[in-house]
Amino acid sequence: MSTPALTVNAARKQFGGLVAVNDVDFEVREGELLGLIGPNGSGKTTMLNLISGALKPTAGEIRLGAERISGKSPHEIAQKGVARTFQLVRVLPSMSAERNVMAGAVFGHARLWGDEARDVARDLLARVGLEKRAHLPVSALTYIDQKRIELARALASNPKLLLLDEWLAGLNPSELQIGISLIEELGNEGRTIIMVEHVMDAIRALCDRCVVMNTGHKIAEGEVGAVLSDPEVMRAYLGDDEDA
Amino acid sequence: MTRLTTEEIRIGVIGAVVVALVALLPFFDNGFYLSLTVNIMLYAALCTAWTLFSGPTHYVSLATAAFFGIGTYAVGLGIDHLPFPVLVGVGAVAAALLAGIVGAATLRISGVYFVVFTLGLAELVRQLVSWSQSKFTGRMGLYVFTDIREMHILWMLLALTVVVFLTGWLINRSRLGFAMEIIGNDETVAKHSGIDTARAKILLFMISGAFIGIAGAIMAPRYAYIQPPSAFNPMISFLVVIMALLGGTKRLWGPLVGVIPFTILMDIVSSRFPNHTYIVMGIAFLAIVYLLPNGVTGRLEQLRERLRHRQPKPEAVSEEKPA
Repeated sequence: MSTPALTVNAARKQFGGLVAVNDVDFEVREGELLGLIGPNGSGKTTMLNLISGALKPTAGEIRLGAERISGKSPHEIAQKGVARTFQLVRVLPSMSAERNVMAGAVFGHARLWGDEARDVARDLLARVGLEKRAHLPVSALTYIDQKRIELARALASNPKLLLLDEWLAGLNPSELQIGISLIEELGNEGRTIIMVEHVMDAIRALCDRCVVMNTGHKIAEGEVGAVLSDPEVMRAYLGDDEDA
Repeated sequence: MTRLTTEEIRIGVIGAVVVALVALLPFFDNGFYLSLTVNIMLYAALCTAWTLFSGPTHYVSLATAAFFGIGTYAVGLGIDHLPFPVLVGVGAVAAALLAGIVGAATLRISGVYFVVFTLGLAELVRQLVSWSQSKFTGRMGLYVFTDIREMHILWMLLALTVVVFLTGWLINRSRLGFAMEIIGNDETVAKHSGIDTARAKILLFMISGAFIGIAGAIMAPRYAYIQPPSAFNPMISFLVVIMALLGGTKRLWGPLVGVIPFTILMDIVSSRFPNHTYIVMGIAFLAIVYLLPNGVTGRLEQLRERLRHRQPKPEAVSEEKPA
């Protein structure tokens, strides 16, 4: 079997006495769309932060392909091909939509410059449906449009691995449909994606497999339908009382 | 990003005319106005070099006097042994090295810590120079005798300012400039987009420091006798910050708007009320921070924006409405 796109091996993150990520293992295959789910505070975002380098693991190892990325700084990991979006949307407010997206193309994995970077940004803006607003400052855009910018910026680096941290959160039902089909397209193109998500319909619709975390531990992993009907997963989400 | 815009060409032409006019000044006056213009050019160079770094990063550096003094001392120490242009280069490299060390040590920390550190650094360098001079040479100062006259100094400062502007313009068109724009917006996004933020900031701080060092070296022959309190005068650091903030640091030419009136003001104050310069500086600083937080140029841009909103063009409105 070929090397997985991402290997997480006994990753651990400790903040003082609190173990936010407790020796978690999983793999993401090339071209796979993996869901990372769990109740609030279960350590999902911390896990993404360990992969993207925002936090350094206390112990354990993370590999992108064959290369160890754990312990490296965020910009090195970004250059090696990990791109991410943020739980609370982060755009570059004083810059136009186009330049926001170019940021990913210029400094990320792709490392383009000049017209090449601009062309990539324009194509991606068209892709997320913002071609008409390419020259507006992003501070003038709506919430979903800012989320689209963030996604386009992450994609502009042509990443080997895309991390989406609750990218669908806060969207209204019709926007959610648009968002889901956008991610679906990315999956069909063969992008390798990890998505942290609370919207279960999206996980069911999009993911090949999912990993479930609770209080820092991985409690389940596998095909989405099977995992979601796992008694331990139901207990994590709904509490101990089985009659509930 | 590769072609010149008409605006850039226009600014270039205006700039060339201004430079030519300033360069011709020594042929018309060799006294008061030349001396005043040298002061204006000095602060034009210093403030623009300062803004090169502090504009995009919003880090307020008070280390200007340290870089300036190092440049001055490079000339003072070497003038009997090496040609002047070489010493200007030495001053630039020494100042850039100091900026690199300071940057590596402090640019990871931000805000007020950086301000205090740079102020302390300038004082430390001054004390070290004083101490080593009295310890090893037994003299308090250094003589700099050259045949460089005031008009040569003006020309050199003018050339330096032009080079600082060209550098700033080239940086803005480069990856470094784009990186700084992103860092200024959101440093977390910058890091996760693949920008080595520490390296970018240190590099820019070094470029800025090198130019300030060159300015110090150019000024050395004017002082003739160099002492630590004058070469590392903290007034230089504060004046640069005040003038740059008065002009506005969003654009590289912003500080010029502050430099010209403020240098003239300081000249009048220091000749008529020599004991009150610090009071004027203090009041000016408070006034700028309270009344013009974005400087004169920022204020003008704000007014222009407001005028445009009052008489909106029809097509501009329809474009801004969400579809």
